[in-house]
Amino acid sequence: MIPREFEYHAPKSVQDALGLLAQLGDEAKLLAGGHSLLPMMKMRFAQPGHLIDLGRIAELKGIREENGTIRVGAMTTENELIWSKLLQDKCPLLVEGARLISDPQVRYKGTIGGDISHGDPGNDHPALMLALGASFVLRSAAGERVVPADGFFVGTYDTLMKPDEIMTEIRIPVPAPGTGYCYAKLKRKVGDFATAAAAVTLRIRGGAVQDVAIALTNVGPTPLKARAAEDSLRGKPLSDASIVAAAGLAMNICDPAADQRGDAEYKTAMAGEMTQRALHTARERAGR
Amino acid sequence: MATKQAVSFKLNGKAVDVVVEPRELLIHTLRERLQHTGPHIGCETTHCGACTVDLDGMSVKSCTVLTVQCQDSEMLTIEGFEQGGALHALQESFHEQHGLQCGFCTPGMITRAYRLLKENPNPSEEEIRYWMAGNLCRCTGYQNIVKAVQHAAKKLAAAAA
Ligand SMILES: Cc1cc2nc3c(=O)[nH]c(=O)nc-3n(C[C@H](O)[C@H](O)[C@H](O)COP(=O)(O)OP(=O)(O)OC[C@H]3O[C@@H](n4cnc5c(N)ncnc54)[C@H](O)[C@@H]3O)c2cc1C
Ligand code: FES
Ligand code: FES
Repeated sequence: MIPREFEYHAPKSVQDALGLLAQLGDEAKLLAGGHSLLPMMKMRFAQPGHLIDLGRIAELKGIREENGTIRVGAMTTENELIWSKLLQDKCPLLVEGARLISDPQVRYKGTIGGDISHGDPGNDHPALMLALGASFVLRSAAGERVVPADGFFVGTYDTLMKPDEIMTEIRIPVPAPGTGYCYAKLKRKVGDFATAAAAVTLRIRGGAVQDVAIALTNVGPTPLKARAAEDSLRGKPLSDASIVAAAGLAMNICDPAADQRGDAEYKTAMAGEMTQRALHTARERAGR
Repeated sequence: MATKQAVSFKLNGKAVDVVVEPRELLIHTLRERLQHTGPHIGCETTHCGACTVDLDGMSVKSCTVLTVQCQDSEMLTIEGFEQGGALHALQESFHEQHGLQCGFCTPGMITRAYRLLKENPNPSEEEIRYWMAGNLCRCTGYQNIVKAVQHAAKKLAAAAA
C-alpha cells in the first residue's frame, strides 16, 4: 500500500507554510501526525499532489494557561495531552478523552489539531471540544480568526476551515473548579473508533444543575451537541429519572450510519447508554 | 516522477543517508534499502505494531511514517538492541519468560517495551497492558509478554543499582 506520488515540503514557520499553501492551492494538503491522512493516501482515498508537513514548526506545539484560558498548540500530540500536568489538574476531560484514542503508537504521532481538522465524525476531539466550549484559531495569509467549536463541524470531512487556513491553536476556557466531567466511549477493541460516545461537563450548585454540556461522537455526519437534553437538565436537581429522560432526548438527534459496528438502532441505543453513563460519572465527580 | 529527496538520520547509532521518493514509507526504507528486516510488515494499516521502531523517543508504526519525515532523527530498531555480543535485558527476558512463539510480533513488542520502560521503569501489569496495546500477538495470549516486560524491568533496575 503506497500513496500516489507527491512533492514534500517541510516549512519551519507558520508563515512559510501559509506561503506554500497559497502558492500550491488545491493540490496541497497539510500533514500533521499523518495518522488519518497517510492511511487515506495509502488506500488512495486521498491523492494530494503536495504535502506540507507542519511537523517542524515549533510554534505549533505546547500547552499553557493564560487568563483563564488553556491554549493548546495544534501540533500537540495525544500523548503530550495525556502527560500534561496542567491538563490533568485543570481539564481532566481532555486527558480522559485522549487516553481512549487508538493506541500508544498512534498517540505519539496523532495531533489534537489534526483530529479536529479532519472532520471525521468518528474522531473523539470534536465532541470533547463541544463539551468544553472550545474555540479554534485559524490563520491564513489574510490574518487570523477565532471560531467556536459549536458550529465548526459542518458535515462529514467538512468544517468551517477554508483551504488556505491552518489551525494554529485550540482555546479552552478553564472549567470552573468542581466541574464534573466524563467521556464515556463504547468501542469494540483498542484501535477501533467509537460505536458511540458521549462527552459531558456538569456544574451543580445548591442541589440543581447550574450548567451542563452533552456532545456525542459517531452517531451522525458530525459530532452532535445534544441541546434539548441539556435544556431538560438545567436549573433542576439531577435525578436518575432526569438522566434517563435526557438520554432519550439525546437519542432523538442521532442519525448514525450503519456499518460493521452495528445498525442505526443499536448505535442510537448505545449513544443513549453512553449519555447516561457520562452523566452518572460526571455527577459523582462534580463538586456541590 | 516526484522529486527524490536526500534524507539523513541515525539508525542504531550509525549515520545513514538515503535518497527516496517522498511517498516512500519508513518500513520500506528500513527493510529494502537498509536491510533492517527486524521491523516486520503485519497489517500495513497501522493496527498490528509489528513495524514499530523508536523514533526520537517515540514508538511509531513505521508503515505510517514517511521516510522524508525522518530528516535528522535518531532511530532504534531491534537490530540495535544487542551490544557487544550481549543481549539487551528485554531480549533476555522475552527468551527466559517465553514471551514469544512464532516471533513475528517480537521485534515490535521489544522495541515498544523499551520506550515504555524508559518512560515508566516500574509499570504495573495494568499499565503494561494499556501502554503495549498497539502491538498485537497472534500466538502467546500476552500473559508471557507481560511477564517478560516485568522481568526486564527488574533486570534493568538491578543493573542500574
Ligand atoms: C488505527 C487507528 C485508530 C484510530 N482511532 C481513533 C479514535 O478512536 N479516535 C480518534 O479521534 N482518532 C482515531 N484515529 C485517528 C488519529 O487520532 C489521527 O491522528 C487524527 O484523526 C488526525 O490527526 P493527525 O495529527 O494524525 O492528522 P493528519 O492525519 O496529518 O491530518 C488529518 C487532516 O487534517 C488536516 N490538518 C491536520 N492538521 C491541521 C491543521 N493544524 N490545520 C489545518 N488542517 C490540518 C490535514 O490536512 C488532513 O486533512 C485513529 C487512527 C488510527 C490509525
Ligand atoms: S504493519 Fe505497521 S502497524 Fe501493522
Ligand atoms: S509470537 Fe507469534 S505473533 Fe506474537
